[in-house]
Order: sequence, then C-alpha cells, then structure tokens
Amino acid sequence: MKQFAELFMNLDRTNKTNAKVELMKQYFLSASDEDKLWALTLFTGRRPSFKVNRTQVKEWAAQEADIPMWLFQESYHSVGDLGETISLILPRSGTFDSDKTLTDWFYYLGLLPGMTDEEKRDHILQAWMQLSQHETFVFNKLLMGSFRIGVSQTLVVRALAEATETDPNVIAHRVMGQWDPKDTTFEQLILDKGENDNASRPYPFFLAYPIEGDVSDLGDPADWFAEWKWDGIRSQIIYRNNELFIWTRGEELSTEKFPELHFLADVLPNGTVLDGEIVSYMDDKPMPFNVLQTRIGRKNLSKKVLQEAPVAFLAYDILETNGVDLRGLTQEQRRAELELVHQNVPEQYTFNLSPLIDFQKWEVLHELHGLSRQNIAEGFMIKRKSATYQVGRKKGDWWKWKINPLSIDAVLIYAQKGSGRRAELFTDYTFAVWGEDGKLVPFAKAYSGLTDVEIGQVDYFIKRNVVEKFGPVRTVKPELVFEIGFEGINESSRHKSGIAVRFPRILRWRKDKKAEEADTLDALKGILEVYK
Amino acid sequence: MPAQPLLQFTGKSIYCTVADAHIDPWIPVDKAIITHAHSDHARWGSKHYLAHKDSEPILRLRLGPDISLQTVEYGEKFVINGVTFSLHPAGHIIGSAQVRVEYKGEVWVASGDYKLEDDHVAVPFEPVKCNVFITESTFGLPIYKWQPQQEIFSEIDNWWAQNKSEGKASVLMGYSLGKMQRILKNIQLQDDIIYAHGAIFTLNERLRAAGFDLPELTLVTRETDRKLFKGSLILAPPSVDSSTWIRKFNPYSLGYCSGWMALRGAKNRRAVDQGFVLSDHVDWPDLNRAVKESEAEKVYVTHGYTSIFSRWLNENGIEAGEVHTMYGNEDESEEEEAVQDISAGQESYEEHKESLDEDTVSHSTDRAL
Repeated sequence: MKQFAELFMNLDRTNKTNAKVELMKQYFLSASDEDKLWALTLFTGRRPSFKVNRTQVKEWAAQEADIPMWLFQESYHSVGDLGETISLILPRSGTFDSDKTLTDWFYYLGLLPGMTDEEKRDHILQAWMQLSQHETFVFNKLLMGSFRIGVSQTLVVRALAEATETDPNVIAHRVMGQWDPKDTTFEQLILDKGENDNASRPYPFFLAYPIEGDVSDLGDPADWFAEWKWDGIRSQIIYRNNELFIWTRGEELSTEKFPELHFLADVLPNGTVLDGEIVSYMDDKPMPFNVLQTRIGRKNLSKKVLQEAPVAFLAYDILETNGVDLRGLTQEQRRAELELVHQNVPEQYTFNLSPLIDFQKWEVLHELHGLSRQNIAEGFMIKRKSATYQVGRKKGDWWKWKINPLSIDAVLIYAQKGSGRRAELFTDYTFAVWGEDGKLVPFAKAYSGLTDVEIGQVDYFIKRNVVEKFGPVRTVKPELVFEIGFEGINESSRHKSGIAVRFPRILRWRKDKKAEEADTLDALKGILEVYK
Repeated sequence: MPAQPLLQFTGKSIYCTVADAHIDPWIPVDKAIITHAHSDHARWGSKHYLAHKDSEPILRLRLGPDISLQTVEYGEKFVINGVTFSLHPAGHIIGSAQVRVEYKGEVWVASGDYKLEDDHVAVPFEPVKCNVFITESTFGLPIYKWQPQQEIFSEIDNWWAQNKSEGKASVLMGYSLGKMQRILKNIQLQDDIIYAHGAIFTLNERLRAAGFDLPELTLVTRETDRKLFKGSLILAPPSVDSSTWIRKFNPYSLGYCSGWMALRGAKNRRAVDQGFVLSDHVDWPDLNRAVKESEAEKVYVTHGYTSIFSRWLNENGIEAGEVHTMYGNEDESEEEEAVQDISAGQESYEEHKESLDEDTVSHSTDRAL
C-alpha cells in the first residue's frame, strides 16, 4: 500500500503529462502483478463498490476524532474532499505499521458487504489505525470512490505500453470491456498474446478533434465525408457468439438499457461490431438530448418511459465483420461495408445509417451548418475518406465542427468552495438573470470556463462580498456578469426559473457589463421558444 | 454601572481606554504596543511604538530607522495610567510577544500570533494565566495537526539532497520573517553558500548585525553565475513562483513551507513540487491547549476560523466570542498577494529585486504572515 499511496500522491502533485506517465510506468515495472492489476482497476474506473454509507463513515470518523458533526462538516467544506478530511481529522495515535499490499486491502474491503454496521465500523477503524495519513487518504478513496487523479485512460495505456513494451493500441483494446481483477490476472489480461479475448470486449473509440480554423483549410472536399454530429450517446454495438452487447463511450455495458435495439441480435451476423450514436427518435427523426435524458439513469424502464422516449441507433462505422477487425480499412471501405450490413437487415426504424451529406463545395457545408439545430444536430463530423479507425483522440482524420453554444449574460449570485485542486477557493458558481419583478432568478450552475488567474480574482471578490452564509453556500453581492454558454434548453418544473439548460459553462467574464445589464428571464424564455 | 472592558475592539486596534494605548493598531495612533514585526501587526505611522527588544531591528527596517520606539524585555513591567503591561514570549517569530494587561486585579492577554513548539529561533511560548484571553485562530480547524518539526526539517534535507543528486537547484519559498530564520537554524546546511532573494537577504543581514546567530546568506543578483545554482539552496519569498526571477535557477525543484500545505488542494494550486507543512501558528491541538493553560474565563477569537473556534469553545464550556480584526488571515493575505502579483506583473518584481531599497523590498514582498 505504501508504494501505491506514494504513486497516488506523486501523480496528484504533478500536472506534467510525461511525469505522470513515467510515474505509472515505474509503478508497473516494480509492483507485484496482483497490485498492478488492482491499480489498473482503479485507473480505468472499475473500482468495486463496498456498499458503505458515506454518512456513517463520516460519523465514525467524527466520533473517533472526538468532534461534533457540525465541526466535521466545517472541516469538510474547507478541505473539499471527504477521504482527505477524514485522513486529516483522525487522531494520530495509530501504529501506522501496516505492510498490507493494495491487493490485501481490496480483499479486506471485500469483506464489508456481508457485515453488520457495527462490524463495518470496527473493520474500517481498524484499517485507519494501521495507516499513515496519506495511506488513510488513499484507503478512503478505495472505500468510497471518486478516484480522480487527473490521469486519463490514454495515459494509463501509454504507461502500461511502455512498461510492457507492447503496442499502445493493443493495450488500449485489452483494458477495455468487462473484466474483474478477482478472476483474471495481469498476465492474462495484459500480456497474453493468445486470442482468448472475451466476446463482449469493445474496441477503443476513435475520437475527433475540434476543427481549427475554417473547414475549407481541410483541402479538397472530395477527400472528405461529412455527417451530422448527433446529440446522443456514442455507442458500440457488438454481436459475437450469439450475444449482443451495447457499450457506451463511458465504457459502460448498457445492453439492458436499450431494449429497442435487442432485435439486432436476431438480424446481425455473428462477429459484427458497429459504431454509432444512440439518439431519441420519434416519427422518423431524432429528438433533442433532453428527451433521451429522461430515461438515462432509470433502473426500471417502464412502458411509459419507453413510449415517451424511444431510441434508435444511427450507425456510422463498422469495426468488425465475420469476426475480422476492419479498423485498418479506409473510412470509405468501412462505409461500404456498413451499408452492406445495413442492407441485409430487414428495415427497422430503430437501426439507421447516419446519412452522408452531399456536398461538392465547402460553401454548401457552411450553409447547411447553420441548419444544425433544426436537424437536432450539434454540427458536423468531417471524416477523411482514407482514414483508418484509430485509438482515442487523434488529430488529422476526424474533425468535429460544432455549432456555437447558445449564450446569455448572467449575474453571479451564489458561490461555493470547490474541491480537490480548487479546495478553499470559491469555484462553484450559481448564475441568475433578471425576472419580471426585478429580482434575480437563478437558472444555472457552472464550474468551468475561467482561467486560474480569473478564478483567483473572482475568489478574491467573493471573499470580500459575502452577503449571507447557508452552510457551504455564500450569497454574493450581485455584481459580476458572465456570459454563460449552453448546449440545449428545456422547460423544467424543478427549477425556479422554469428552465433547465444543458452543459452550462462560463464563456467569458463580461467585465464590461454591470449587473443591471445582464439578460432577463424573458430573453431566456425567448431562446426556449426557438429551440425547444 | 458595569465598568467598561479593559480592552476593547474598536475597529482600529485592540484598545485600552484607561491607558489610552493601542495593541497592534492598523491605523496611526499615539501609543502602539506591537506584538511582533509582521506587517499586519506592525503598521506604519504611529507616534510612539513599544515592543520587545528583539523586534527592534526589524521594526526599524520596516517602519523606518527614526521611529520613536521603546523596547522592553520579556516579563518587564511598565505602567501606563495605572495599567500594568508586560510582554511574554509568543514563540511565533523573533521578538514576538503576548501582551499581558492588568488593572485592578483583572488580567487580559492579547496573544498576537503564536505557536507552542520551540523553533530554536524565537523564545518559546510561555502560558500566561489571565481572565480574558485573546487568541488567533489561523489554523483553528481539527484538520490542522502539525507533525513534529524535526520530521519536516528532515523532509527538507532529503528534498535538497535529492535535487542536488539530480543536478537541480532547490528553490524554497516561505515567509521572509520567521519562517526563513527557522529553516536556516534547523535544516542541515549542505553547502557553504546559501543563496537568497533580496527580501530575505536584507532581513538576515539586519538580524545578524543585531547579534542573532544566523548563517550568512549570498544575495542572488543579475551577475550571479547561473552555473553556481546547480545543486544549491535558494531561499525566496512566496510570491516568486509567478515571476521571471525564478527562471534563472533552471533546472530547479520548487518547495513551499506553509501550514496551508497540509491540504492537497492548496498544494496543487500553488503548483509546487514539494509542500512542507511548516507553520509558525498553533495547530488545533495546541490552540486548545493554549486556551486551557491560560485558564481564562472568557476567550475572544480573532483572525482565522473565528466563528468555528468560538462555537467549539462555547460548546465546551468556555465562554467565547468572535472578533473581526484586520490581522492576518493568512489565507486572505496570501490571496491578496496573488492578486497583487497579477496586477503588478513581472517587471515590477524585477525592479524590486534590483532596487534593493530595503524597506520597500521586505515590505511589499513579505506580506503578513
């Protein structure tokens, strides 16, 4: 555990990509195979759940530190991270002499689900007693999750590829899909060169870069395909060994969530992998994302939900036919293959091809781009006809050309301290627009979009202009105006403003505007009328 | 009619009406009793100052050589209008003191900034029994628990040795007054030549001239041969990480000594390579210990986590109230510093360094601890 805790703290400390890769590489070169596998489990977001109640854990820590709950909460607000707060607040009276490995701790935690609350408490306290502050922090992360250390899967793959001297694309593929550290080994998962890959394993997604400059800079239009960029869930549909698997980009196996697509198991040939977008789909046309949103996250898909928010799959790529990996073919060849597969499937509104857009000149595309929102698209995907299907986000062959977000000028009215790197700084903001009665109505929360320097300046302002405190939330003198961008807008009964915006973010700080000059709720409703 | 309190919080100082004397005033007054020489406690412009004798060289450096300054020893009593004052060690920095105020059998103690651990530079803190205790609360949350300082100094030693073996310079940031003297007296000096930024160098020279046993430092100037920095230690105030000054030490590792380094967020935000959790303020256990040992019936909590710590005391049977002062809140002063850096830009920083006009250098780069 000492070794892993050190890796964690070191990764946390640097924001240099190369340094992170080097740290992980050294870990993969020196740790035991068991530990490596568990580390990989964490780094690829596969932390097992131990069914602990965070509130209970907080209470146990506060009791152990002999402080009241309100003081624990105040401390938590200051630190911004629960696992870290607990590690700091516990009395330093333990032995700190544990030589348990990362793997040992996972098995130790694995005992929790079968325990009574009392037993859980003792089990966790016993662990805390044995671990140093940093180790306790890492242990708490294993226990309660949210394992964010600024290491993307790409970096993990790179480090692992360097450490094992294997092609990164091969590693990227091997770490995907469904695997459990309890019934595989590092050898089997990463090093095995045999083709005993499990049937459900998806391919790493090829991701596009935002287009730089004008689309005409891409050269001859004849070298490119253009498709609408759909506002849905990027997914891979796999049919192998008579079994259907639906993976979403977040690497979640979501087969059960989309019963509309289960018929594909009856019509696709074995050994087929399709890449495309799952979108809400009604009356032969896609619907905005917020329709789809109503069913994401639901455990039970009732008849009503399925009726109100049906989905379809818009396929735009094919990665495997008859069990053969097609990723080395060109985009044009794969498209032809995809169309062939689609032709052989009896027509079903839930399985469509994402159409190619007919254009001979970039000007045509420019004009059509303006119609994106009417087409319920976020813009275009531009793909080079000679492009192979690559791994991860690569520049050059796939570009996304997105429409500008909708935007509105709003006033900062509430602030809360951030967490992690932003702990102790006010970085979580709530924005408001002017209502009819001349009062500010909150309508969106946004966290990102400012530079570190701006965050420092806004934080400075907030700390000097607090009007009221409600727990961790501060009411701030309404003075600062920001342009807030968002991708979509919808009616909402849950929000005071009656409006919910999608992906709100700060586009820029309008230092030139006074609070009175911010937009009104009417203006926001105007946007709603146009785009809902 | 109830008598008015012996010390009052007037919004410009901690004020004793009977003696007509102010403790750490933040506006110019007639009689100012100064707990210690940090710039948020020792402010410019008062007619007469009184402080511990060890504060003298720094006060004259920062407030002007010609200020009217009376100095006293720890424990030495002086009477103003029948009110008996004395200064007692606060252990915070060189010359730092708690001010004990006694009148008609009632005793108040204004403790300024303090810590209980003996740092081998400042005279160690002595508990003073009193009826009313005025305490800081800079680190008044139970998450702040310092490791024994020797562990931190070993960390610094190892960090320097490691950098040296990699051919890197070690740039160590911390407040010029207090932290730097503490570091110099406690770490292992691995070289004969230790480099310093002007703010730290000037202060060190003054303190050495006044007879303090501190090692000699070498000032970093434009002319210093950059090759010499390889493997060596460079002491710098906390604002240099956003300046161009620091580039000359490339390749270097950047360390920062501060109590705030206890939190990952703060550490990552500063983007330092190594955070050393070293503070000249009391941590949570020592804060509670100090309050207890003062045996005070009433506690006033100033700068820091005032509302939280006073609520905690009240719940634990010690009557406490929060007081807003202009002191410290290191958090804020650090933010201020950051904002200043942004607006001042880097050229002005270069100017500071070059001009070496002692007062402005130490004053503006070493804001309140």
